Amino acid sequence: MTTALVRRLLVVLVRILVGARSEWRGCEPATSRRIYFANHGSHFDTIAVMAALPWPVRRLTHPVAARDYWGASRLRRFIAEQCLRAVLIDRQPKPNSQPLAPLERLLEEGKSILIFPEGTRATDDEIAPFRSGIFRLACQFPDVELVPVYLDNLKRVLPKGSMLVVPITCTARFGAPLSVAPGEGKGAFLERARDAVVVLAGGGVART
Amino acid sequence: MSVTLLTVLVGVVALLTAASLVGYVLEISATKPEAVATVRNLNQRIGSWWVMVIVFGGALALGHATTIVLFALLSFMALREFWTLTPSRRGDHRGLFLSFFVVLPIQYVLLDVDWYGMFAIFIPVYAFLMLPAVATLTGETADFLARSAKVQWGLMLTVYAVSHAPALLMLDTGVPGALLLTYLVIVVQLSDVFQYVWGKLIGRHRFSPNISPSKTVEGLVGGGLSAIAVGTLLYRLTPFSPLQAAAISAVIVTAGFFGGFVLSAIKRDLGAKDWGYIIEGHGGVLDRIDSLTFAAPLFFHITRYWFTS
Repeated sequence: MTTALVRRLLVVLVRILVGARSEWRGCEPATSRRIYFANHGSHFDTIAVMAALPWPVRRLTHPVAARDYWGASRLRRFIAEQCLRAVLIDRQPKPNSQPLAPLERLLEEGKSILIFPEGTRATDDEIAPFRSGIFRLACQFPDVELVPVYLDNLKRVLPKGSMLVVPITCTARFGAPLSVAPGEGKGAFLERARDAVVVLAGGGVART
Repeated sequence: MSVTLLTVLVGVVALLTAASLVGYVLEISATKPEAVATVRNLNQRIGSWWVMVIVFGGALALGHATTIVLFALLSFMALREFWTLTPSRRGDHRGLFLSFFVVLPIQYVLLDVDWYGMFAIFIPVYAFLMLPAVATLTGETADFLARSAKVQWGLMLTVYAVSHAPALLMLDTGVPGALLLTYLVIVVQLSDVFQYVWGKLIGRHRFSPNISPSKTVEGLVGGGLSAIAVGTLLYRLTPFSPLQAAAISAVIVTAGFFGGFVLSAIKRDLGAKDWGYIIEGHGGVLDRIDSLTFAAPLFFHITRYWFTS
């Protein structure tokens, strides 16, 4: 009850502060199982995308957040786990651990997830090459839609190395869903997924 | 709230009711697709006007402090729209933070505490020198001059200029400041509305297709003259004689026109059609208060120089 209220307040606060608009360019909001994947510009990303999602979608979507940042204090952990329903994962997984296991479990339960395949926040304007987790999930759940998301302006809201939030309006652009093509290799798929986000960065509609 | 102010607000509400009725009639009679689109936009605009009049009238009725807070929020949203479209670099981050959360609040607090001297120079002297100084600390020199200019211009338009509208509340002219502010807002905004209406009705010759494709010479002249006429008729809200009111309305209308024009030129430069999306049918806050940015400081200083004791 209290958590639900805090959650609601957080969304309102974020919308007042940075706008958190959503533009559905390549698909419509839906409650079906999806893997949203977005570029990573600031720690604010997770909150901004979640605030941009309409409530029925938001409540079924779990963002993936870095444990070293979001688990670092009680407040951050509360925001991440309680308010954002985030799954905290280790960015440098120990050998033989299964970092994707919690995500697989969520997808099996019919939930959607939000991941940042760049793995770390980009320092320049380039979108970094994607790490392979998204490919493994896509192969494992072939019927789940992979929706590219581009977050505009977030780097300017809270750049790496700064604590100061500047209230510039952010937009989350959702592109057309993709899936792994038959026989498509890991490298080719990751390249294509990254391109889908790059196309959205230009404001255009991703080609399907 | 004084009787005069109440009369004016009743007049505005009557005008809006009439506009809503006209919009309703047009909506039933429009058949061509482009006419339907124009009428839909017109009705969105009228709907937004209701909201804006209620918010502005409400703030004014609640007193000076509320009015100042309202304009501070408008500045905040306008500055945000400015920086959402204007590119910035990593090195500007601290300057932007200070613009939003230090300079803007201080400018409006200075209004609230009636410190005119500091209000007039705080942004052009202290903020304009301090912000580039802060930017040097990051060591980033690429585009330094252009970046400093953008930070300053953003504050100038959206905070400094806009704050001169509520600054009318601190002038001692013998009439309540709320009336002067209402007068300014009515003349500026009606000038925009009349230009739009005249342009739609008889507009033929584009004034400057490059900068503002919808502005026509006919709209400009017809709208300007109509607004000056209203400004003259409303002279009782001000310390001016009818003739002075006509002249000052002409200044407001001309300044307002160029305010809209300059902000349109900036928009074109940045490759955008509207500043934002928050006011349905109009665009952003900055699309609505663009004329005010130029008209408010001029009106304030003319009134302060010639009409205060």
